Amino acid sequence: MDYETLKLVWWLLIGVLLVGFAIMDGHDMGMGVLLPFVGRNDLERRAVINTVAPHWDGNQVWFITAGGAIFAAWPMVYATAFSGFYWAMMAALWALFFRPVGFDYRSKIQNPTWRSTWDWGLFIGGAVPPIIFGVAFGNLLQGVPFHFDDILMSTYSGSFWQLLNPFALLAGVVSLGMITFQGANYLMMRTEGDIYRRTHTASLIFGALTFVTFALAGWWVAKGIDGYVITSAIDPNGLPDPLAKTVATAAGAWMTNYHTYVWAKWVPIAAFAALAAGILFARLDKAGLAFWSSSVACAGIIGTAGVSMFPFVMPSSSDPRSSLTVYDAVSSHLTLGLMLGATVIFMPLIIFYTSWAYKVMWGKVTTDYIAANDKSVY
Amino acid sequence: MLTEELVDLSRLQFAATALYHFLFVPLTLGLAFILVIMELTYVITDRPIYKDMVRFWGKLFGINFALGVTTGITMEFQFGTNWAYYSHYVGDIFGAPLAIEGLMAFFLESTFIGLFFFGWDRLNKWKHFMVTVLMAVGSNLSALWILIANGWMQDPVGATFSFVTMRMEMSDFWAIVFNPTAQAKFVHTVSAGYVTASLFVLGISSYYLLKGRDLDFARRSFRIAAGFGFASALSVIVLGDESGYTVSESQKTKMAAIEAMWETEPAPAAFTVFAVPNEKAERNDYQLQIPYALGLIGTRSLTKTMPGIKEIKERNRARIENGIQAVVALEQLRRNHDDKVALAQFDAHKADLGFGLLLKKYLVDVSQATPEIIQQAVDDTIPRVAPLFWSFRFMVALGFLFLVLFTLALFYSVKGTFIEKKWLLRWALWFIPMPWIAAELGWVVAEYGRQPWTIYGVLPTHISVSNLTPANIYGSLAGFIGFYTVLLIVEMYLMTKYARQGPASLGTGKYHNEKAAGGALPAGAPAHRI
Repeated sequence: MDYETLKLVWWLLIGVLLVGFAIMDGHDMGMGVLLPFVGRNDLERRAVINTVAPHWDGNQVWFITAGGAIFAAWPMVYATAFSGFYWAMMAALWALFFRPVGFDYRSKIQNPTWRSTWDWGLFIGGAVPPIIFGVAFGNLLQGVPFHFDDILMSTYSGSFWQLLNPFALLAGVVSLGMITFQGANYLMMRTEGDIYRRTHTASLIFGALTFVTFALAGWWVAKGIDGYVITSAIDPNGLPDPLAKTVATAAGAWMTNYHTYVWAKWVPIAAFAALAAGILFARLDKAGLAFWSSSVACAGIIGTAGVSMFPFVMPSSSDPRSSLTVYDAVSSHLTLGLMLGATVIFMPLIIFYTSWAYKVMWGKVTTDYIAANDKSVY
Repeated sequence: MLTEELVDLSRLQFAATALYHFLFVPLTLGLAFILVIMELTYVITDRPIYKDMVRFWGKLFGINFALGVTTGITMEFQFGTNWAYYSHYVGDIFGAPLAIEGLMAFFLESTFIGLFFFGWDRLNKWKHFMVTVLMAVGSNLSALWILIANGWMQDPVGATFSFVTMRMEMSDFWAIVFNPTAQAKFVHTVSAGYVTASLFVLGISSYYLLKGRDLDFARRSFRIAAGFGFASALSVIVLGDESGYTVSESQKTKMAAIEAMWETEPAPAAFTVFAVPNEKAERNDYQLQIPYALGLIGTRSLTKTMPGIKEIKERNRARIENGIQAVVALEQLRRNHDDKVALAQFDAHKADLGFGLLLKKYLVDVSQATPEIIQQAVDDTIPRVAPLFWSFRFMVALGFLFLVLFTLALFYSVKGTFIEKKWLLRWALWFIPMPWIAAELGWVVAEYGRQPWTIYGVLPTHISVSNLTPANIYGSLAGFIGFYTVLLIVEMYLMTKYARQGPASLGTGKYHNEKAAGGALPAGAPAHRI
């Protein structure tokens, strides 16, 4: 496979891994966001937690693998984004700390304060990472102040607080809404009674919130944010060197792809349609269909951000030619090919045994079951 | 500007979080296989006590595993957050094993650990056993890929430098996978994990035996741990030797520092048991040696010599001088990719590029290096001797003590008299922390011993960091210390609580301090769907 094709395939694959993360880890993070509100007593909360008990760890690997794949396929993006967004990354990391220990330790001691503390820990571990990743995407769309020196060492020249600008915060809300909608639809499939009724309401609220904020963000990108364009010739098959090009900002540039490629507009259309369908199915108590719809919505929303910026991945606002694109932020031809081979072999296996694990554990989790299996469930 | 303060803080944070993460890894690696052995016994004999053993030791496994996962994410983040130039410079090679680890191993382990804990009522015993096996295989494969990545840092094979992309690029994936350093590290590390877990089970079982409670349960656990531990302790020493062998091939520097061997000695070199290394005078003030031993371990021959520190320094001086040419040519090539003269000069000297970069710690334009600066860089190429010398010796001494302990434990297990040997039970109990100490010392030898490099001979540590201000790292380091302290207290509390409670924590009604029936829930609680 030639280098250009591999570069494009990896843009797609990173997208697939991020969507996989949003669908899989998203539904247990969404569970965490809703936990303190849809579970009103200890048994109810345990029922909610145990809907994801056998799966959260496997789901979290989508996140870890997406990180590892960015490291392997886009090392410059990994290096520049993680060091540039230093405090945001630390906050996401520390929030994630609450999940493994929250799940495993919460019910090991029968003290209400202990348990309630971990419940809020799971809330933080569910809510903070999606907000931060949304804020990060919001900043990518606006460009990030960083530059490379002559040995390609990156320096971030902004502050932490400027990452929290209004558009980025809006993107954070879109992300949180999307993940919580996903979590609510999942919980509808796996719970009954009072918990089900509360998650049903939550699904409608967060579905609507995501729809409205996503539309608002789209309008903002079209009207109020300058996109980036490459102004020099680039060789898509060339060795990756970000400093070899020139880049300029232009009003409405993030809309260009929707004019250039006919298929591109179907990505945001799919996002809106899936959000609408998800809300409708939730309204009709079709939990399974609602979950699949919100999963498609995750793909549509993340895809919209990716397609709008293509071929940019991380534009630089302070030194536009340092911007990272799918052509010049990538690994070598050999590494991209090798990693594609590994993905093609292992991804179907992962999907197969993950599906099997869900099938084995499927069914409604009831408070009666929790009470009867006090020592063996979370 | 990358100040020394920034570099030291970044190193401190990485070392602290890696050592902390490695508190949880060895137990996971080993206990997973002990669970496999126990469950295999259960599926073959059908005796419920073995199922209880899997479930109880599995509970402790879970408490430990939760923190292993928590602290593992830190490691993945940190390459990007704090070692950005490293990530750029070697991500093309180093990222691949990490990503493959996720795809091949971590997904496997993490998906099946869920079924291991919650699938007892949903799976027949053979299917559940298969789940446990896959979990154990996943965790050990995970270690394999991580150590392939780490082995490459020690011995960077299968890669070449590209001046256009300004980084190392992969040229031979299989050379990286089958890197002898990586393979030796893998078997040594997982064996150490098996020893850790065996001693954990042996020690806690001894505690029950000393207290005269849960005797049947503890006796069986003790026997399994003694057998598995004996094999592991033996292999950790034999394969540790293998690790020494490869170290001496690819990293003679680390070996010389570990051995405080200042002069090149006639073959076969003596093994220094005790010494007081004097870094300034480049000699040992006192020493006690076993003739021939080191030469045999290090070179597997009676005639090959092993270079001493002074000889290595002189070789490195030549490489640094050579490396200056490479750096100068590279800087010209960065300005003009088509500079043929610079390219020829670069190609002639590029094998020593990393050594030239060592000077970047002291000056921007390395062609201005004075003999004094070069001397400083030469001295930098040898890690400090005393910490390595002593870490290594404590680790090895502990390794032999484990072998003695497990030999005795196995011997008395076979004789069936171990319950009467109170001294043995007490030894096992009080020795529980020791494998952790040995494992951490091993990490120090491997990683501190590689200094001043992140990638040996290729990338110096001081240009590997992210270009941040020290204030950032002080802040994050404080955060890590805070979180990790609280988490460690919580983990130790739960671990102790459940270990003391013993199999009664399963609530089957059959164990110490449980009312025969009634109080606890019946074993076969209604199988509602969860």
